Amino acid sequence: MRHLIDPADFTLEETLSLMDLADRIHEDPAAYRDVAARKRLATLFYEPSTRTRLSFEAAMLNLGGQVLGFPDAGVSSASKGETVADTIRVVSCVADIAAMRHPKEGAPLRASRYSRIPVINAGDGGHSHPTQTLLDMMTIRQRKGRLDHLTIGFCGDLKFGRTVHSLIKSLSRLPGMKFVLISPEELRVPDYIISEILEPNGIEYVETRSLEEALPQLDILYMTRVQRERFFNEEDYIRLKNSYVLTKEKLDLAPADMAVLHPLPRVNEITLDVDDDPRAAYFDQVQNGVHMRMALIMTLLGLKDPKTGEVAFDVEG
Amino acid sequence: MLKVDEIQNGVVIDHITAGTGLALYHLMELEKLNEASVALLQNVRSQKSGKKDIIKIEGDVSSISFDILGYVDPKISITFIENGHVVKKSRPEQPKRLVNVIKCTNPRCITSIEEGCDHIFALTPSGKYRCVYCEQEFSVKP
Repeated sequence: MRHLIDPADFTLEETLSLMDLADRIHEDPAAYRDVAARKRLATLFYEPSTRTRLSFEAAMLNLGGQVLGFPDAGVSSASKGETVADTIRVVSCVADIAAMRHPKEGAPLRASRYSRIPVINAGDGGHSHPTQTLLDMMTIRQRKGRLDHLTIGFCGDLKFGRTVHSLIKSLSRLPGMKFVLISPEELRVPDYIISEILEPNGIEYVETRSLEEALPQLDILYMTRVQRERFFNEEDYIRLKNSYVLTKEKLDLAPADMAVLHPLPRVNEITLDVDDDPRAAYFDQVQNGVHMRMALIMTLLGLKDPKTGEVAFDVEG
Repeated sequence: MLKVDEIQNGVVIDHITAGTGLALYHLMELEKLNEASVALLQNVRSQKSGKKDIIKIEGDVSSISFDILGYVDPKISITFIENGHVVKKSRPEQPKRLVNVIKCTNPRCITSIEEGCDHIFALTPSGKYRCVYCEQEFSVKP
């Protein structure tokens, strides 16, 4: 049995294999509509998340499976003080696979140690969000035709932005990557990303304060929102929330084939007039997210792709 | 110079960076030893480093976790003594994992609320320790 707690839980080969399956689903979703019939996904959401929860539920329903769970901690046994370890032991008796979002970092890892069913980390605080990373990688490959030798700009909150950390870690396993890290001083990428990931792997990176200067050299621009919920101090949030705004005018500085990604929800960091630009890829990400989660659920449940007759990779080892 | 009697049965933790002995004393929870006698010597003159701290423990040391020493300072030396003779002298290695030796202080970590959850830190390639749950570095060095 395998879990997905951190993007690095899957090898690069496994990740690419999973993306291939997601691409096949993307091409012909109807071919997969009965693959997970009579299987149950438990969505254990200890904090609200409309998009991720709906995406997981849509993915399971698209596969012909069923969904049960709770949408926030207030309606779960957590409100009575039940531990994550106990909750997952109970859920293991009533579902075949679980997706867990939790405000506390490491909660899905804790759950996986007590679980008898595969656990998917659907976001744990500011720590990790591996399915977002997978769908980001899928979208990049879809747009650029490759996942190597790319210059990728990350812009906004690089300190608390878990999607940024996870994506940098995962893309660092591919050759020829260059990262441009665009943030205010207070929201710089944590030092450990540089000292433990970028420098040991010999990855070229630049830190800058200027989005305008970075734009002309980018293959991908990954925008992020400054998240109110990650700040203990409201004053800091208000001061930093409007640091970077991507407008149609600024986008004119970027290459014609650049792609703009954003994990959503957006507040005001991308203006609405950018949405119609062909470089805007953030709504593609949402659709890709459903297909990637379908591929992930199938794989962790050991279900074969009806098109190839094989699983994306073996999870029984 | 201040003299403390040589110990007959116990351990001497030597070459502690001057000024960090008291913090180490608390990290090792030596205040919880009921039977053993403990001496903390601060700012002892040292030919190597100018000055250092030393901790001497006389008595049963079997309940003490020495794992923390490798984390704190691999230059520390540990000398075990039985019947007045040195039976073992070692320098601590950095343990790959620390289980319930240090606590994660990240208020966003699952360890902050989950009952019965061990505090587990893993050694990273850069020689630092990170909580296995939230990956926060343990930064409160003595």
